[in-house]
Amino acid sequence: MYDIEKIYQAKDVPDAVRALAENPDAVVISGGSDVLIQIREGRLAGCSLVSIHNIAELKGIEMDKDGTILIRPATSFSHITNNDIIKKYIPVLGDAVDQVGSPQIRNIGTVGGNVCNGVTSADSASTLFALNAVLELTGENGTRQVPIGQFYKGPGKTVREHSEILTAIRITKDNYDGFGGHYIKYGKRNAMEIATLGCSVSVKLTPDKKAIEDLRLAYGVAAPTPMRCTETESAVKEMKISPELFEKVGKGALAEVNPRSSWRASKEFRLQLIEELGKRALKQAIINAGGTLDA
Amino acid sequence: MGVGKKIDRVDAYAKVTGEAKYSADLAPDGLLVARVVHSKIANGLVKSFDLDEALKVPGVVKIVTCFDVPDIQFPTAGHPWSVEAAHQDVQDRKILNQRVRFYGDDIAAVIAEDEVAASRAARLIKVVYEEYPPVLTVDEAMAEGAVPVHSEYPDNILKHTRFTVGDGDFEKAAKENGLLLIDKVYETQRVQHCHIEVPVSFAYQDANGKIVVTTSTQIPHIVRRVIGQALGIPWGKIRVIKPYIGGGFGNKQDVLYEPLNAFLCTQVGGRGVRLELTREETLACTRVRHAVKFHAKAAVRPDGTLVSRKLEVFSNQGAYASHGHAIAANAANMFKQLYQDEKGLEADSYTVYTNSATAGAMRGYGIPQSDFVTEALTEDLARLTGIDPLEYRLKNCVKEGYVDPHLKFGFESYGLKECILKGRDFIHWDEKRAEYKDQTGPVRRGVGMAIFCYKTGVYPISLETASCRMVLNQDGSLQIQMGATEIGQGADTVFSQMAAESLGITEDRIYVVSTQDTDITPFDTGAYASRQTYVSGKALKKTAEQLKAKILDYASYKLKLPAEGLDIRDNYIVSMADNKSLLSMEELATEAFYSLDRSVHITAEATYHCKENTFASGVCFAEVEVDMPLGKVKVLNIINVHDSGILINPKLAEAQVHGGISMGIGYGLSEILLYDKNGKPLNDNLLDYKMPTSMDTPDLHVDFVQINDPTGPYGNKALGEPPAIPVAPALRNAVLHATGVAVDSLPLDPQKLVEHFKAAGLI
Amino acid sequence: MLKVINLTVNGKAHELAVDDREALVDTLRNRLGLTSVKKGCEVGECGACTVLVNGEAMDSCIYLTVWAEGKNIMTVEGLKGPNGELSPIQKAFIEEAAVQCGFCTPGLIMTAVEIVGTGKKYNRDELRKLISGHLCRCTGYENILNAMERIVDETYKVVGK
Repeated sequence: MYDIEKIYQAKDVPDAVRALAENPDAVVISGGSDVLIQIREGRLAGCSLVSIHNIAELKGIEMDKDGTILIRPATSFSHITNNDIIKKYIPVLGDAVDQVGSPQIRNIGTVGGNVCNGVTSADSASTLFALNAVLELTGENGTRQVPIGQFYKGPGKTVREHSEILTAIRITKDNYDGFGGHYIKYGKRNAMEIATLGCSVSVKLTPDKKAIEDLRLAYGVAAPTPMRCTETESAVKEMKISPELFEKVGKGALAEVNPRSSWRASKEFRLQLIEELGKRALKQAIINAGGTLDA
Repeated sequence: MGVGKKIDRVDAYAKVTGEAKYSADLAPDGLLVARVVHSKIANGLVKSFDLDEALKVPGVVKIVTCFDVPDIQFPTAGHPWSVEAAHQDVQDRKILNQRVRFYGDDIAAVIAEDEVAASRAARLIKVVYEEYPPVLTVDEAMAEGAVPVHSEYPDNILKHTRFTVGDGDFEKAAKENGLLLIDKVYETQRVQHCHIEVPVSFAYQDANGKIVVTTSTQIPHIVRRVIGQALGIPWGKIRVIKPYIGGGFGNKQDVLYEPLNAFLCTQVGGRGVRLELTREETLACTRVRHAVKFHAKAAVRPDGTLVSRKLEVFSNQGAYASHGHAIAANAANMFKQLYQDEKGLEADSYTVYTNSATAGAMRGYGIPQSDFVTEALTEDLARLTGIDPLEYRLKNCVKEGYVDPHLKFGFESYGLKECILKGRDFIHWDEKRAEYKDQTGPVRRGVGMAIFCYKTGVYPISLETASCRMVLNQDGSLQIQMGATEIGQGADTVFSQMAAESLGITEDRIYVVSTQDTDITPFDTGAYASRQTYVSGKALKKTAEQLKAKILDYASYKLKLPAEGLDIRDNYIVSMADNKSLLSMEELATEAFYSLDRSVHITAEATYHCKENTFASGVCFAEVEVDMPLGKVKVLNIINVHDSGILINPKLAEAQVHGGISMGIGYGLSEILLYDKNGKPLNDNLLDYKMPTSMDTPDLHVDFVQINDPTGPYGNKALGEPPAIPVAPALRNAVLHATGVAVDSLPLDPQKLVEHFKAAGLI
Repeated sequence: MLKVINLTVNGKAHELAVDDREALVDTLRNRLGLTSVKKGCEVGECGACTVLVNGEAMDSCIYLTVWAEGKNIMTVEGLKGPNGELSPIQKAFIEEAAVQCGFCTPGLIMTAVEIVGTGKKYNRDELRKLISGHLCRCTGYENILNAMERIVDETYKVVGK
């Protein structure tokens, strides 16, 4: 039994927004795999909850006419992985969230929760960064669109206001069409892990498949929030697929990241992973984009 | 039927249907809930509590603190009690402790109507401490001026022992010209058992005032004794019930929270109180495997002759003695037993109190630590001589006929060399050693091995005693009550096979009563060491022989034939001369119960006081792939080959080895309990504590060398613990082969490997 | 606060008054006596409390009972046939010696039910991933995987997709 003061089960989004506005101390709970654990360990013990767990309008994935992919935030990780739109157009995201925790966690945990808890280790976050996802927040004054790059304020902190609910995650066609992506989660174990480091690369190759047209290099746990290495991305534009490219990406990333030491891993170790995983993720992303490494 | 058959587990049906009842499943409605309050400092003294806020929480029934418990110090180790004071376990803790000795020490307990109230109150209790600087490592605890963890041990050394073999002077032996020398420190880490069922118990006082405790334990009879000692009441006033348990691996070979649970129920008028630990408490506050620092020296001739070794063992005991020095002593013994030095060996063992989690029994009891130092050192010596490590081992390892010079027993059956040769073929040792010789690039492969030996029971160090009771039912089926406990290892199944073997009654008519109830069950010290099939098996065999004699005596009366010519086969009394069935067991039993002429209820009960022991042995071979830039070790292939005598149930035996290999992989590659500088646990949950998942465990291979052991009741000897022993050093040696980098501390986790590979210039 | 909820457990409809702070594992164990659902960590790390919620395997320790309104829950107790016969999954666990202490077994069997329910064929590595939400300290997963492989193959032969 959880130490919960009270729980309100919202019927729909406006109801949830209203309930949050009325209770400035309430915590939103979606899948529960983060919030319930924090209640149990005492950090959120005795809190009030506004549950959006069973709100149907927050679940599902669809494609707009213009090719924009809409992921509703209470969609569970496993439903994302198994979704046909995701499999066809952005398999990298399906793969990324297929590495969260365990199969049971992936059946309950939601992509919206993964993003909104603001942690840098979120397995979905770096890939959403690489895909330039746009988050839709709905509050008392209507909705606003926030590019994911502007969503994080610091560890565990986002721009979401207390009474706002994340209501959509959108990825426009120009951010996935023609791209190949790859996510590597590095954990000490191969399952049941929180990422020691995550690296997501999305790459578009020139028509001859021999050079980089567009690269997105994103990391989790390389800094207090998920991040992109934009300078490195610009620097390798039009570079030929070559050993120099991989070196430049690996070394470039090192100049942009800011990992910290913790008992989980030292800064030095994370830096080693950042360089190595950047190279490896890029190589696989190039293959996924139709290129070859000996081009 | 009988020994050597791959029958299904007798408890499998109950377990796959969810009908098997574990302690928490048996808890009646309406129990109060207890929550332990743990210290938030590692070293100090509780000066006072402020309970006001906590007592105001609705639902709180009572708060008991360290100032309310009996002023009695008691031992917790799951050892047989010794009637000689000098050999009794160290009595160094109370039910709740005012003197705080590790972060998480038990200082108070809340009893409440429900768990939310209990947790809220526990969080609201304010404690005033007098704080001392914590001593967390052996080095800190042994340093000049360190605060004594226990005032009775001013230098923090719980015990120091020393033994020698041969000359017993390493420095003298090492003076010989031309010797190759090693002087190194090897270290093993603190890990935990990770049984999936956390420790849980509930206790109430029955109408006669007897305290009834149902608990998840390996050692119900010892729990009864220790509760009696801790509460200062006669042992007979306590009744301990042990239902199915969700694993123990040694943690539950210690009396953990049963005395507190029993005491708490007496504090609320005998009402039932449930005490269920959380996983975090289990990891932080129950037992762990001793972290051990070994200082090893060795001298070898260039031709591979092992001349002499010296070992210093520094075992981190943690806050309380628990199993104490037995672990370090065991570790030093195996170092001695596995190889015989031409000129001798010396070993010094220290067990040292520190302000950290109490170390106790864990599968292998000091030998996984010992095997790491022994087999890492052996590998390093072989490399120094340039001799193939397998050949080096064949040359130097313990030989058939070995008898331990101090313990005076040896290998009553010996299969170690055959194990090595079997494993060599399986892993393609010679081919792989050659193939992986001159690798370049960031990803490299290697093969490694480690051997071990393991004593089956605890004789002569400790008493070995076991009892069994058999009751023939009216239909000729059989009830068996064993004091020995089923803890997941398959004891009930192999006991039924042993009984079938000895009695000629088929397993489907044999019922092993799985629950131990100290008011009913005959005495046995419990499930530990690798003693049950050996020691308890002897009790069973002795009882079966007595029962069989009674059955045949009755058959003789009934058939009017001499008993000497009769036997029991497949539930029939048969004539030994022509194997003809003469009378069914059912007919015999019904007659025996209800005969108007001679009514006998055929039962037997016997105690076996075991004064024998024998070594089991074996080997692990592992093939690994090391991704150096990521510090990842992938186990490509792994096999354990065991010399465990005759297997009672080969299918269960294999399964037990699988679990041991997996535990060994965790020990070797990923598991370690971490603490901050104040001794506060950092990774006391199953997300951050890295026991292997299914994705970290490769296919596991097992083979056996089955040689009849003349001292085993059915030719059998130890198997329970051994599988976990040789895996970690085999992996370490495989990584060494792959990369040329010798890692001398466990685990070989990614960050440590990356640091090593960087230092070696490999990445 | 007590709250009345309607849910179906092992095929039977229940109307229950539950505390709205209750985890599903508590409700199943304490109110319905379904003690196959084991507690090993209470934070979704060990998998011992796994049940199916509308056919999907969930850790019932981190699932609030009030969310189960209108849902179908299944535990190991619901697997036996009308005459007490075991399901093929349970048989496979017994015969492959996939059971030792038995504490992780009911949860693993429920994940097996979910896996088998897809009717798909999985190789051993895919099965490793699919059962990776269950920690087991006794078996090294070897015989559990053997049982899983066997039951997946048997099912695929009959209903292969």
